[in-house]
Amino acid sequence: MSTESPDPREYHYQAGSYIGEDRPPGAAPDAGEHTVRREVHGYLLGLALAAGLTIASFWVSHTGVVYGPALAVALLVLAVAQMGIHLIFFLHITTDPDNTNNILALAFGVLIVCLIVFGSIWVMTHMNHNMMPMSELIQHQP
Amino acid sequence: MSTEVLRAPPDPYHLGHRPASANAPPQVTGHGAGGPAPKRIVVGYGFWIFLLSDVVIFASLFATYAVLFKNTAGGPTSEQLYDLRNTALETACLLASTFTCALASIAVGERSQKWTQIALACTGLLGAAFLSLEAREFASFVARGAGPSRSAFLSAFFTLVGCHGVHVSAGMLWLGTMMAQFYAKGFRRDIRHRFLCFTLFWHALDIIWVAIFSLVYLVGTEPRQFLP
Repeated sequence: MSTESPDPREYHYQAGSYIGEDRPPGAAPDAGEHTVRREVHGYLLGLALAAGLTIASFWVSHTGVVYGPALAVALLVLAVAQMGIHLIFFLHITTDPDNTNNILALAFGVLIVCLIVFGSIWVMTHMNHNMMPMSELIQHQP
Repeated sequence: MSTEVLRAPPDPYHLGHRPASANAPPQVTGHGAGGPAPKRIVVGYGFWIFLLSDVVIFASLFATYAVLFKNTAGGPTSEQLYDLRNTALETACLLASTFTCALASIAVGERSQKWTQIALACTGLLGAAFLSLEAREFASFVARGAGPSRSAFLSAFFTLVGCHGVHVSAGMLWLGTMMAQFYAKGFRRDIRHRFLCFTLFWHALDIIWVAIFSLVYLVGTEPRQFLP
């Protein structure tokens, strides 16, 4: 016999509910304008952070702020940070329980991406170092 | 048996592993005590898997580009070709379109036909602006004799950036379909699920563009490059 009033935190549980559906039966719909304003604020914050990181990338690449040989790494760090901003604010990848599967799939995807990219660069750089130069290769042919 | 036992726990997303209240023991049965997850969660998860496989395809194209970056075969190098002003404009277009796409998802949540159509139209216009900038860039490369057949570097460049462009074009078609379906059929549940997938797709394209503008254009125009 359910007489207790539901925990309000349960029913304002917003994870991925930004399409505005699947409210639990019996739960009062959120106060419309308030929710819209909050969601717009969330997206504006995401936009501001992403734009800030983009501007930082362009700025860093055009000034001598970062030590030259480290510049590619600095740009990689800024890019990864901006991807994180996009994932959290726009794709709504959160730590909520209904996102556990998404997080695990993302972790596997990141593993594969790192293996492909860094593995390829590693292997091909070593190949380039160990290959016989083309001119010598031609001389050795019968 | 008392009705207390049969009462469904407050588990709005039917995850099946939440306690009925703060004091009750967690109801973990291993079989989803709250029933299956709602379709929105399942649809989003399935599409997320697809997006990750798409990201793996892009990762292999990125790896190809990184390996062939210096192999210009005596042709034009990245420093001579890339125009960062154009790249900045493209980035701004795509970031703005991601934001308007997010606004469209709020409008769909509020069931506002007018704002949904306006936000989606803005998304489409910004996407079209991005595509025209990219097409102009590709045309100028080809006009300068730097087409995809010029060198291994340019083959890798056109494959990577062109693949992203093809994805944006496909997204534009999908966007037009979503606008028509919302207009003709209203905010039906299955159409909202399609729209959820579309927003995920469009935001994921912007994530890939972040990698492209940082690691292709900005690193490529940097005279002090260290890449082997």
